[in-house]
Amino acid sequence: MNVLTIEHLSKSFGSLSVLKDISLKVSKGEIVAVIGPSGSGKSTLLRCATMLETMDTGSLSYCGEYVCQHDASLNKSVYASQQKLRDLRRMFGLVFQNFNLFPHYTVLKNITDAPICVQKRDKQAVIEEARNLLREIGLADKENAYPYQLSGGQQQRVSIARALINKPEMVFFDEPTSALDPELTNEILKTIRKLASLRITMMIVTHEIEFARNVADRVIFMAGGVIVEEGKPDDVILHPQNPRTQTFLANLKK
Amino acid sequence: MLLDLLSGLVTSIAIFLLTLVFALPLGLVISLGRMSKRGFLNIPTKIFISIMRGTPLMLQIMVVYFGPYYIFKIPLSSNYRFIAVIIAFSINYAAYFAEIYRAGIESIPIGQYEAAHVLGYTKCQTFFKIIMPQVIKRIIPPVTNEVITLVKDTSLSSTISVLEMFTIARQLSSAQTSMMPLIAAGIFYYVFNFIVAYLMEQLEKALNYYR
Ligand SMILES: Nc1ncnc2c1ncn2[C@@H]1O[C@H](COP(=O)(O)OP(=O)(O)O)[C@@H](O)[C@H]1O
Ligand SMILES: [Mg+2]
Repeated sequence: MNVLTIEHLSKSFGSLSVLKDISLKVSKGEIVAVIGPSGSGKSTLLRCATMLETMDTGSLSYCGEYVCQHDASLNKSVYASQQKLRDLRRMFGLVFQNFNLFPHYTVLKNITDAPICVQKRDKQAVIEEARNLLREIGLADKENAYPYQLSGGQQQRVSIARALINKPEMVFFDEPTSALDPELTNEILKTIRKLASLRITMMIVTHEIEFARNVADRVIFMAGGVIVEEGKPDDVILHPQNPRTQTFLANLKK
Repeated sequence: MLLDLLSGLVTSIAIFLLTLVFALPLGLVISLGRMSKRGFLNIPTKIFISIMRGTPLMLQIMVVYFGPYYIFKIPLSSNYRFIAVIIAFSINYAAYFAEIYRAGIESIPIGQYEAAHVLGYTKCQTFFKIIMPQVIKRIIPPVTNEVITLVKDTSLSSTISVLEMFTIARQLSSAQTSMMPLIAAGIFYYVFNFIVAYLMEQLEKALNYYR
């Protein structure tokens, strides 16, 4: 079954066409890494998928339920009702490059506030689950800390827990290690590997090519708003077919 | 003399508190209008703020007080004096607070809104649970400045002879041909502001649990 289905997605900012007719499916348990040069539209793709941007044309669905559907007569995407979109948001979590934790909430509240106040889940159960997650990511003793008291790597782990608390069908990561010092990168990659071993469906934008090769089931190379090449990690990363992929990977090695 | 001054001080405190009660929320409404993308909201609020900040408060008090009579020939009742002062102070300070709120709200990183959005918070929840608490922390220093100025500005009510502390001090001083009432009033203003500054400092400390 496909968790995420994107069909013919296009997106422009003014006259700048950023995503051009992107189609993409992610099946349950699959781990997809997205690589590509800066400005190629990777973040915009994730932001469209997580409803932070509205797409111009094309369709988007989670587990067969439509977030938006292309309307041929209007030639644009028509979004579902606000209520429906609110329900569909539970289907995914998003981990930002800059964590975006809420500075005035403790670690525990950062993770539990939305499930309790937005999704109206049972408070005790949510807190219980949050504590389990914190234990999993090695931050059990930090539940009452505020984000400023944590290292970048710890903050990012909290934001991963926040993205997981509603048991989403899928988690998106937008360059989760890019804001971190190199020595903190590994702890995040380790956490993501752990999720991968649990077969949590993930789509990860990353510049960590080795990590992508090890952890992903499929690698997508984007450039200029299109998917240039995709396939098994070893094929795309070790034996790229497209000249743009070859140039990009060659430049990374320098 | 002290009793007279103290009764004036009570009026000054009333002006001070009522102005804050009205101006703090009104300022928020105005700042939201000012930041709106709709022209019919942001253009009038922008002009309003510009006029309120660009003309003397003393003149605004007189316009609010005498306006109804000169323009509409509504007879002025004596208790309208106090109401006029409250109206003039409230809209004037609301304009200043609006700009402080706006700076505070615009200083919150866009990522906070985005994180809230992805987690499913409604616009209203995002504003009141996520954004406003952080804004309040950031704007306490400029708000403290305004509040301290307000304590001193209450003396402008004497323009239309509201019997607050400064009006009374001036009357006593000329009746007794003595500096003492003015000096005593000065001390009261200073103590008043000392307490206000102390309270704002406590508030700032109370919000220091995060950064
Ligand atoms: N909100 C926006 N308004 C205008 N242009 C944007 C906006 N967001 C992204 N862009 C542009 O879209 C292009 C793709 O950006 P992005 O998706 O962030 O690329 P990537 O994440 O691959 O580096 C860039 O040229 C960027 O300048
Ligand atoms: Mg990006």
